[in-house]
Amino acid sequence: MLDYPTLKLIWWLFIGVLLVGFAIMDGHDMGVGTLLPFLGRNDEERRVIINTVGPHWDGNQVWFITAAGAIFAAWPLIYATAFSGFYWAMLAVLWALFFRPVGFDYRSKINNARWRSTWDWGLFIGGAIPPLIFGVAFGNLLQGVPFHFDQYLIPYYTGSFWALLNPFALLCGVVSSAMLIMHGAIYLAHRTEGAIHQRAAKASGIACAVLLTAFSAAGIWLAMSIPGYVITSIIDPAAAANPLTKTVIKSAGAWLANYDKAPMLIALPALAYVGALLAAVLVKLGRTFAAFWCSGLAILGVIGTAGGSMFPFLMPSSSDPIASLTVWDSVSSHLTLNVMFWATLIFLPLIILYTSWAYRVMAGKVTAAYIRENSHRAY
Amino acid sequence: MGNELLVDLSRLQFAVTAMYHFLFVPLTLGMTWLLVIMESVYVTTGKTIYRDMTQFWGKLFGINFALGVTTGITLEFQFGTNWAYYSHYVGDIFGAPLAIEGLMAFFLESTFIGLFFFGWERISRKQHLLVTILMAIGSNLSALWILIANGWMQNPVGSEFSYETMRMEMTNFTAVVFNPDAQAKFVHTVSAGYVTGAMFVLAISSWYLLQGKNVEFAKKSFRIAAAFGLASACSVIVLGDESGYTVGEAQQTKLAAIEAMWETEPAPAPFNLIAVPNQAELKNDYQLQIPWVMGLIGTRSLDKQIPGIKEIREKNRKRIVNGIEAVNLLDQVRAKPTDPTLKAAFEAKKADLGFGLLLRKYVTRMDQVTPAIIEQAVNDTIPRVTPLFWSFRLMVALGFLILLLFGLAAWYSIKGSFAEKRWLLRSALWFLPAPWIACELGWLVAEYGRQPWTIYGVLPTHLSVSTLTVNSLYASLAGFIGFYTVLLVVEVYLMVRFARQGPGSLGTGRYQDEAAHA
Ligand code: HDD
Ligand code: HEM
Ligand code: HEM
Repeated sequence: MLDYPTLKLIWWLFIGVLLVGFAIMDGHDMGVGTLLPFLGRNDEERRVIINTVGPHWDGNQVWFITAAGAIFAAWPLIYATAFSGFYWAMLAVLWALFFRPVGFDYRSKINNARWRSTWDWGLFIGGAIPPLIFGVAFGNLLQGVPFHFDQYLIPYYTGSFWALLNPFALLCGVVSSAMLIMHGAIYLAHRTEGAIHQRAAKASGIACAVLLTAFSAAGIWLAMSIPGYVITSIIDPAAAANPLTKTVIKSAGAWLANYDKAPMLIALPALAYVGALLAAVLVKLGRTFAAFWCSGLAILGVIGTAGGSMFPFLMPSSSDPIASLTVWDSVSSHLTLNVMFWATLIFLPLIILYTSWAYRVMAGKVTAAYIRENSHRAY
Repeated sequence: MGNELLVDLSRLQFAVTAMYHFLFVPLTLGMTWLLVIMESVYVTTGKTIYRDMTQFWGKLFGINFALGVTTGITLEFQFGTNWAYYSHYVGDIFGAPLAIEGLMAFFLESTFIGLFFFGWERISRKQHLLVTILMAIGSNLSALWILIANGWMQNPVGSEFSYETMRMEMTNFTAVVFNPDAQAKFVHTVSAGYVTGAMFVLAISSWYLLQGKNVEFAKKSFRIAAAFGLASACSVIVLGDESGYTVGEAQQTKLAAIEAMWETEPAPAPFNLIAVPNQAELKNDYQLQIPWVMGLIGTRSLDKQIPGIKEIREKNRKRIVNGIEAVNLLDQVRAKPTDPTLKAAFEAKKADLGFGLLLRKYVTRMDQVTPAIIEQAVNDTIPRVTPLFWSFRLMVALGFLILLLFGLAAWYSIKGSFAEKRWLLRSALWFLPAPWIACELGWLVAEYGRQPWTIYGVLPTHLSVSTLTVNSLYASLAGFIGFYTVLLVVEVYLMVRFARQGPGSLGTGRYQDEAAHA
């Protein structure tokens, strides 16, 4: 069994991997869903767009389900505090996700324009809302969230839903939306031809520009005026997980301190820029497959930047900083982390293997001719 | 002290969303194997009609699956959103099977369902069959892991309370996985799913036969459903939940409650066929008994005693009194975590901590406890008998009727005359809702019968909730009910439409009603 501090760190990386995996896999079909009503001008075009992700959206969505499950298993205090604190935000995500399975599966089963256009907008909601809210949530984590615990560790959230929608958080929402729209647009460009391909390529360029502008603005804002959090007591990484034993202060510029301590971290924001710019160039050159993976690297860069700046904090408390949740004290027991470590190590490569096979089987352009031939079976 | 209305609304919301999820789950569990059977026949015989069967029943399965996915995510979210203290208190154990379910089962199921629908022309027949099999295995593995989680709530093995982290922690993963309660639940629940799938195919095939439509197609489907259904109905009854009973205390309490057994009867105990329970006076106002049967079912022996409700109450009373000390010692040891004597004193009492926490429904501090409050808490430890008693009997009655129906269907399948037996076809149609009703009743028995605990003996339900406002709960409950009503209407509409249309909806040119399709 690996020692407890190492496992705590590994789990920070694993949750990061699952979140990035979610953003790359489910992110591209959410991006496609967001673009659907705009890039598809008639029913057949929309069916082409939907069928680029038709066989895969469900498997992709499991990245999200598994990331949530892994947070439950590895960071139960985060799961409890964040999900109940962000109650209405989480329900908005959930209710938006309702539209996806039914939208994909039911839309083309009935040949009626109103019916189909209703589900198209449903797929738009299911694609656009969750990334926006996740960005807003990250924006709030960076600022700290008002919550505290009582002596039995019952979490109390004392903010309001509307307080979550502050300007900095909304900016982070723009970052995450633009990122996944770019990613989805590139995927769509890769899997289509003709007019849809052209429109998707153009959309990816615009989304890339919005992403880099908003990401830079958020970075500057963070450096100038968003205070970070610092642990001021000595941390024992091997100690049992109890968030109430440390002391924490809020301090200006603290979110940049990690870059002084470990200058290599600068690679993360750099990756966001390089990945996004390369992706934009490669799309122009028609190299959409490579562009897709560069945009994946940009996603890694953006999410990594947020995580790396906050480390070891996961969910700082603005109203009672001592209650802040960190990598060291919101985790599961040693045994559970170990069991889950092995489960992940065994199953994640298998998942990647058969997912790749599924994509290989379905590879190639989705065309109007394909839709016409498979009218009964295609989405 | 909890807010009772908040707790009740949270329970109601969970109950509504879980029961709704379980409208779709059993059909998925059963249909995946039926699809495997049909496709295997196609691959071995090469007869196109079996391929059409796989595709047509697959289409109906897909309509159902979409809502299974939609409603499943709700449940996963809800542990965090509405049961925050629960998630903190037991996430160390409960979260692991949930996460493994994602890694091991949902990925498999959901990746291959895409290829099931879209892969027909792109992979070989054998590869496609493999895809279907993996999809079926995925859905069954998902049932396994979620029922391991759920079984642990009934019988919390392999774990221990830690006062430092203020939660339950896993001590033995193998014990959690091989929990006998979980195993019993797994076989019973997946069998119930198989019954549901078989009934679905049987009833719709019967309907085609009654209408004289798609006769060859319907006959072949009927036969497969009858055989699979008979085996599953036997398994749901034979491998039923008796084996889970004697293991955990939760199941003993539940057993006494669903049998309305107030006194500990000398072994082997009689079975109450009919009873009018009177919970206030701890007796039945009326009862009709069959001697011996309860003892045989409950213990599979002639000499083991089954504890009655009165005996269980007295045991619980002792544990509550002990629990008061456990709660007090917990407060002290958390204030001075390094004091070895306090620590030892707490460890000695902590087995009854959960029973002490029951009192926090009424008081904030243990020195406020009065004998009347203890009496209240003792009453709380016994779930309400009447609904459990009747839900259970209805489930069992449906189980035997379903068995009878599949028995007849299989018998006349062998004789080859089922298509002419209109009474049989009509009964099959009438029985379509029966497995769903039995499943919902089963969950009611399992979950309502566990009250007042979310984790039996460890965490009372009233402590498990999130600190939300009552208004939030009213609003979210209304939202769920609104969404779910619309979704159900849409789903049933599509289901009926495609079922009516039959295999003609495949557009192959080989069946009736081709023109009507979309
Ligand atoms: C005995 C079986 C069983 C039980 C008790 C439950 N489920 Fe379920 N669940 C399934 C059997 C299943 C399934 C057969 O695997 C589903 C149902 C229909 C479907 O499409 O997949 C599914 C789907 C499903 C999904 C979507 C998976 C996907 O995208 O493929 C989630 C997130 C959950 N469930 C979560 C839960 C939670 C948190 C439950 C407990 C409270 C729960 N389920 C009870
Ligand atoms: C693994 C699966 C499940 C888990 C972990 C689970 C867990 C829970 C929890 C935490 C509660 C709330 C606390 C309570 O009131 O007891 C609950 C309540 C309930 N659940 Fe489940 N549940 C599961 C599956 C189901 C399913 C599939 C159904 C039904 C279809 C169901 C039916 C209910 C009902 C009826 C209640 C309300 C009980 C009451 O009002 O007292 N459960 N369950
Ligand atoms: C003679 C027949 C039956 C017996 C003796 C029986 C017994 C039981 C018992 C005792 C429980 C409660 C288990 C617990 O509290 O953990 C249960 C639950 C359940 N039953 Fe049945 N049952 C029968 C028939 C059926 C049928 C026909 C179905 C559906 C087709 C069904 C579906 C369920 C389900 C879904 C549950 C909840 C899951 C679980 O706790 O295992 N049962 N059954």
